[in-house]
Amino acid sequence: MPGPKPSTLKRITPQLLILAAALLLNVLVFPDFFHVDFRNGRLFGNLIDVLNRGAPVALLCIGMTLVIATKGIDLSVGAVMAIAGATAASVVVEGHGWGTALIAALATGALCGLWNGILVAVLRIQPIVATLVLMVAGRGVAQLITEGKILTFSNEGLIHLGAGTVLGVPTPILIWMALGATVIFVVRKSALGMLIEAIGINERSSRLAGINSRVLLICVYLVSGLCAALAGVIVAADIKGADANNAGLWLELDAILAVVIGGNSLLGGRFSILASLLGAMIIQSVNSVILLSGMPPEFNLVIKAVLILAILVIQSPRIGNLVYMLRASGPQPQPDTPPIHANRKEEAK
Amino acid sequence: MIRSTHLPLLITLATFLLAYALCASAYPAMLSTRVISNLLTDNAFLGIAAVGMTFVILSGGIDLSIGSVIAFTGVFLAVILRDTSIHPLMAFAIVLVITTVFGAAMGALIHYLEMPPFIVTLAGMFLARGAAYVLSTESVPITHEFYDFLQGLYWKAPSGGRFRLIGGIMVLTFLVGILVAHRSRFGQNVYALGGGAQTARLMGVPLARTTIGIYAISGGLAGLAGIVFSLYTSAGYSLATVGVELDAIAAVVIGGTLLTGGYGFVAGTFFGILIMGLIQTYIVFDGTLSSWWTKIVIGGLLFAFILLQKGLTWATQARRRRTVIGSAAPS
Repeated sequence: MPGPKPSTLKRITPQLLILAAALLLNVLVFPDFFHVDFRNGRLFGNLIDVLNRGAPVALLCIGMTLVIATKGIDLSVGAVMAIAGATAASVVVEGHGWGTALIAALATGALCGLWNGILVAVLRIQPIVATLVLMVAGRGVAQLITEGKILTFSNEGLIHLGAGTVLGVPTPILIWMALGATVIFVVRKSALGMLIEAIGINERSSRLAGINSRVLLICVYLVSGLCAALAGVIVAADIKGADANNAGLWLELDAILAVVIGGNSLLGGRFSILASLLGAMIIQSVNSVILLSGMPPEFNLVIKAVLILAILVIQSPRIGNLVYMLRASGPQPQPDTPPIHANRKEEAK
Repeated sequence: MIRSTHLPLLITLATFLLAYALCASAYPAMLSTRVISNLLTDNAFLGIAAVGMTFVILSGGIDLSIGSVIAFTGVFLAVILRDTSIHPLMAFAIVLVITTVFGAAMGALIHYLEMPPFIVTLAGMFLARGAAYVLSTESVPITHEFYDFLQGLYWKAPSGGRFRLIGGIMVLTFLVGILVAHRSRFGQNVYALGGGAQTARLMGVPLARTTIGIYAISGGLAGLAGIVFSLYTSAGYSLATVGVELDAIAAVVIGGTLLTGGYGFVAGTFFGILIMGLIQTYIVFDGTLSSWWTKIVIGGLLFAFILLQKGLTWATQARRRRTVIGSAAPS
């Protein structure tokens, strides 16, 4: 439901608070964190770095949010990144322009998404299994395209996508923000977002209500494939080469983590892309704290694990019930009102 | 008569025999005991971990942490043998306790927090890999005479194949796994849980104990796989065995176990492992095929077996519907 502004703000408050805390930690370990310079025609600064380095996960989590909202999951995005990067690199190495390369990469991403979508929506395979096939085989396909080498290129246009700037702002930042804004606009200004949520809550009843869940599911995986392809091109452009083995390795897990930090339930239903994007930035800010504080990067994974555990406890239905029970059995403003009524009133507000 | 419940297992077995026959017709040397013994030795750690994964998948769950747990075990053993003077057997016992408790803790979180196994074991994966990094980021060699002794244990077949200890451990794990899955109350509970948690609870299956037990087994077997892996490589490296959980899941699916849980055989996983090992051996024998074909072929096989499972489910449902409609008809 396209809610009014205040409700959106309320929805993303926890994410904003965590992000603020993470940024504050950054300032504590590195006082000049917020200092942004304009040098050689581009913005420099740690804050810009966080936005720039977080671009791949931010792009992935846009598609992943939609997939998870339908009660699905897309494990193949990392492999799709590798395939798309390899496609773009091999196209420019053959002497075509960067535009052709980008279109070819996006087309492969769309094809991968379509494959996943058909497996999930038409063949009715559970999403975790359906996307596992491409996750296992995808890196092999990427290596097939690059013939096992790290394919390097020097096409200015393609490199610009990952390492260049537009009006001083690094291109990846502009790309993820623009794509995020577009997708949010499309799903929230039309009924699409609501239909996607309906599929996630109960696919059978949504179908009975007249939603073409099959086509919508395919579209959702298609969008996820496109986002992954774009992220793959950016990563390849950033290092001026396509590394089929390591491009996007484990980024699917970071993307899922970003979606979960964004407060979206893995069981489908209501979603907020904005909150997921904030989640991606939180992950990148935490990475930045670890780098800036000089802590060994080994702790990165441990901190991520603790983050997931904390969110698990907060999201758990059982804990939610417990809190609800405690509140209901706690001191009531009017002792004669049954607890269930008091809660209904709260909800009505 | 072939019972339809055994059909996926039989298809896996037929796939293995067909693949082996194809390989042997191309390269007769594939029939030698050397190849067979290497098939067992090279896949020993994966096989042991896959037994644990079979139990998890039979119960309708998933365990993403096993690759990280194997790496953690290897690094832990290497570091503890380097820095202290305790006997490797003692170190094995310590690490098995750690990994079993780790698995049990994940099972407890899954059960008591009612969260999807996917995300809980994802946290476990990060935690175990992170713990391995914190212990050491470099590859730590293991040099201990007891390790040399264990590595020197093998039975030499007449035609030269060396059946090593770790291959034997894998076969033993599979045998115990088969007994537990099909001949114990715990095994029955695992199948019941995979059939549906609600039904299992109504049947009186102790859900908490079973769930925690399943993930404890998976964690403990991943620890055992880590020990075997350290015997195999004589080193502990925190970046080792990345993605082994995917290989294990693939082996379980190719072995005919239904990913939705409740249906499958531990023995099927054994043949799943052998099929995957066979593909790699074939590529080594061929010499012109590149290594990435392994991934593509395994992905393709995975897809074929998933389709097969879907087809069988459809067929069963269609038959059931027919029986309901024509219930008066004699069977």
